[in-house]
Amino acid sequence: MASLVGSRVERKEDKRFLTGKGRYTADINIANQTYAVFVRSPHARAKIKKVDISKALKASGVAGILTGEEIANDKIGGLIAGWAIRSEDGTEMKVPANPPLAKDSVNFVGDPVAVVIADTLDEAKAAADLVDVDYKVLKAVTSTADAMKGEAIHDGIDKNLCYDWLLGDRKAVDEAFAKADKIIKVDLINNRLVPNAMEPRACVVDYNTASEEITLYTTSQNPHLSRLIMSAFGGVAPENKLRVVAPDVGGGFGSKINVYNEEIVCSWASKKIERPIKWVAERTESFLTDTHGRDHVTHAELAVTKDGKFLGFKNETIANLGAYARVFGTVTPTYLFGPCATGVYVIPAAYSNVKAVFTNTAPVDAYRGAGRPEATYTIERLVEKAAMELGMDKTEIRMKNFPSEFPFKQTLVHTVDSGDYVAGLEKAKQMADYAGFAARKKQSEANGKLRGLGVSSYFEACGIAPSAAVMSLGAGVGLWESAEVRFNPTGQISVFTGSHSHGQSHDTTFAQIAADELGVPMENIDVVHGDTDKGTFGMGTYGSRSLTVGGIAIVNACKKIIAKGKRVAAKMLEVNEDEIEFKDGEFVALKSNKKKTIGEIAFACYLPGQRDEMKSPIPEGDEPGLIESAFFDPSNFSFPAGSHICEVEIDPETGNVKVEKYTAVDDFGRIVNPMIVEGQVHGGIAQGIGQALHENTQYDETGQLMTASYMDYTMPRADNFPEFNLGFTCTHATSNPLGVKGCGEAGAIASPPTVMNAVIDALGGQEISMPATAEKVWKACKAMKKSNAKAA
Amino acid sequence: MKKVTLEVNGKSVSKEIPDHTLLSVFLRENLNLTGTHVGCDTSQCGACVVHVDGKSIKSCTTLAADIDGSKVTTIEGLSKDGKLHPMQEAFKKMHGLQCGFCTPGMVMSAIDLLQTKKNPSDSEIREWLEGNICRCTGYQNIVAAVKEAAGKI
Repeated sequence: MASLVGSRVERKEDKRFLTGKGRYTADINIANQTYAVFVRSPHARAKIKKVDISKALKASGVAGILTGEEIANDKIGGLIAGWAIRSEDGTEMKVPANPPLAKDSVNFVGDPVAVVIADTLDEAKAAADLVDVDYKVLKAVTSTADAMKGEAIHDGIDKNLCYDWLLGDRKAVDEAFAKADKIIKVDLINNRLVPNAMEPRACVVDYNTASEEITLYTTSQNPHLSRLIMSAFGGVAPENKLRVVAPDVGGGFGSKINVYNEEIVCSWASKKIERPIKWVAERTESFLTDTHGRDHVTHAELAVTKDGKFLGFKNETIANLGAYARVFGTVTPTYLFGPCATGVYVIPAAYSNVKAVFTNTAPVDAYRGAGRPEATYTIERLVEKAAMELGMDKTEIRMKNFPSEFPFKQTLVHTVDSGDYVAGLEKAKQMADYAGFAARKKQSEANGKLRGLGVSSYFEACGIAPSAAVMSLGAGVGLWESAEVRFNPTGQISVFTGSHSHGQSHDTTFAQIAADELGVPMENIDVVHGDTDKGTFGMGTYGSRSLTVGGIAIVNACKKIIAKGKRVAAKMLEVNEDEIEFKDGEFVALKSNKKKTIGEIAFACYLPGQRDEMKSPIPEGDEPGLIESAFFDPSNFSFPAGSHICEVEIDPETGNVKVEKYTAVDDFGRIVNPMIVEGQVHGGIAQGIGQALHENTQYDETGQLMTASYMDYTMPRADNFPEFNLGFTCTHATSNPLGVKGCGEAGAIASPPTVMNAVIDALGGQEISMPATAEKVWKACKAMKKSNAKAA
Repeated sequence: MKKVTLEVNGKSVSKEIPDHTLLSVFLRENLNLTGTHVGCDTSQCGACVVHVDGKSIKSCTTLAADIDGSKVTTIEGLSKDGKLHPMQEAFKKMHGLQCGFCTPGMVMSAIDLLQTKKNPSDSEIREWLEGNICRCTGYQNIVAAVKEAAGKI
């Protein structure tokens, strides 16, 4: 039987999406449902003096209005920071309380203060306008760079500092820098982004007054984790009385990891008013309250010899957490960022210091790549600048510092199991016609345009998070994944996974994997996810973990099925177990060539024997049924890597930057479905180009979000991109039996430095910050013209 | 309140609705045609694109009452006798969708492009789809899908 793993199989989920039958949270309606509208703070920082709901309560259709005081009285817990980080001086991080509805103070524009619930959406909106909140407005802290100088926004958190974290060895770095011929320095801003999944967040809550069970339909990347947090920390309901369903979810990119205020409030409120509640975010609400991404201010240095060998690296970063620390907020700028700081290079001494600060802005959390794009941007800007300052070829300097063998033990944390960085960069050079660039640049110049080429070589640590690896770093928990493979008596199979697909194509790829393992057509397999009532507890989808962690759990559960199947087949065929071979869905007795299909075995496991059959096919010690589960906790991260090359052309008259060519060569180990992997890379690259050239989240000094709609925040469109040219190298991961590596975030990690290196190359080395908008680039072109004229 | 009569996906419907009812709301809430999505409220993202009298429009900024008497086609009305429309087939074949949220609007918009221009170039396709935002695909396979469908329609 031909292997499905490795094939371009069309997606099982497509038909429902293409015919309008996808079932997203906002598509769900429940009889007698009410509508929730949140009253949100219009101020970035204020004390709440009084919340007056008396007028609103009298408005038409109002079913209930609940405030911060009531949720506090009911002892409903707040939102949590998922990871504890310790500062360099050994002290624990400091995090503020984050109640689901603010009672005493508000800390960013959009912070919810009350919820209005009414029979119709229009009535809820009208009543929400009548809620009168009296605020004492305070001076907001919004700047990342200056947050530590501002007034403390949370009681007891001096300098707005959550932690001051260090990874690495300052002394070793000082010694390395003392030996350097040259120190390359960069000052960088990693611009704040809004993830902007196209489906706005939403929830529908149905409280069953008979069973006292809450069912929460929600836009989540990790329904099991949502339930755990809402139950253990929120106290909304015990886990067995809380069902969380994440049905079809329209993109996440990290913004749907968190349990949000609205989900907690609506779940609690539905129980209080004993009616179903529906809430759907408007786009501006999403901009204001979805967790944002990035927002770093960095100074970094690279110590080099005159022939381009790297000796040492240091990085001092201020990371903006926004108003509160959320689930992945504190770990993103530390353990997801610091360990990747030295990139794909051998750098004998390194440290990364991160000061995480609170500001009166939306909480910042994981966004596609989470920490690794920021790390890659820093090292790849430094390396490109080093090449420029040393007069070396930008690919030569990279090759010179790549590791010569694998496993590659890095200075900071990671031991990278496999890779071939030279092969990746060589292939990218060839595909991008690197050698022909000079001629193309000349041609552009003849047309009055500036042309630049940028390179970026990256690796990343994903498949988060192997317990052994992260617990040794001090994290309290690791993140394994679960799977259950359930044969029905008639042979169809349900594969339950604790991960969640919101675009990643699990219905298809996981079915491919299971079909290969079990030797059955993939049409017989349904992949089930996203419902805490179906399948075992799982950690969800983020950090490019679904395949490398969740997929392997499926493989392992399938292997248990086969093992049991062999025992049953042996008994049925009256041979020893070691005389049974499993191949292409059949258990074959090697000597007699008698066989049983896996479907027959499944049937026998459930309905053993017929009348007058004197023997059960179930071996002694085995139980009936054919259901197996597995939990997989990998031994290490997976380490995809690659090299990307971009060419841009700039019109100096307008400052417009056009991406002319984009080449990506990635190593994702064994590829399950090339079509789907290519799609993941395309999307990642587009988001990274968005960060480099278009997207920016802008707060003014009072903390008002200036970019809170698609008319103000530039979302990349189809005409912003060329056709991306993709290539692959393949070294199998050794940390999992399939040899796979994560692919979901790589594009967004590699592309911002690739594009910015190209823009800066075109501008003759002039530093420019992301996003390289036409205005900034036009100014740089003018400065360049001036300095060229001076030189002449 | 206003009585609005439309032909939606070949069936005549008549409903009494508030004057300010948007076509997207009418389709989703009154007719339970939830394939039409709302992604932005400002007529930017294009997830809500449907056809009114054969032309693509953004239903989130169209009042249902304003198009009284028109013929409306939504994503649910494209496949015939269980057979996907060639554009739907092409999106499936070329992996032109991931999370699926922008897809209905993208497909409806792309069909109108091919009604306007039979064999559009890559840049014409990209320019036409400027009013439809996709966050997942980087647009590459969407462009490929439209080209694939161009040969079949």
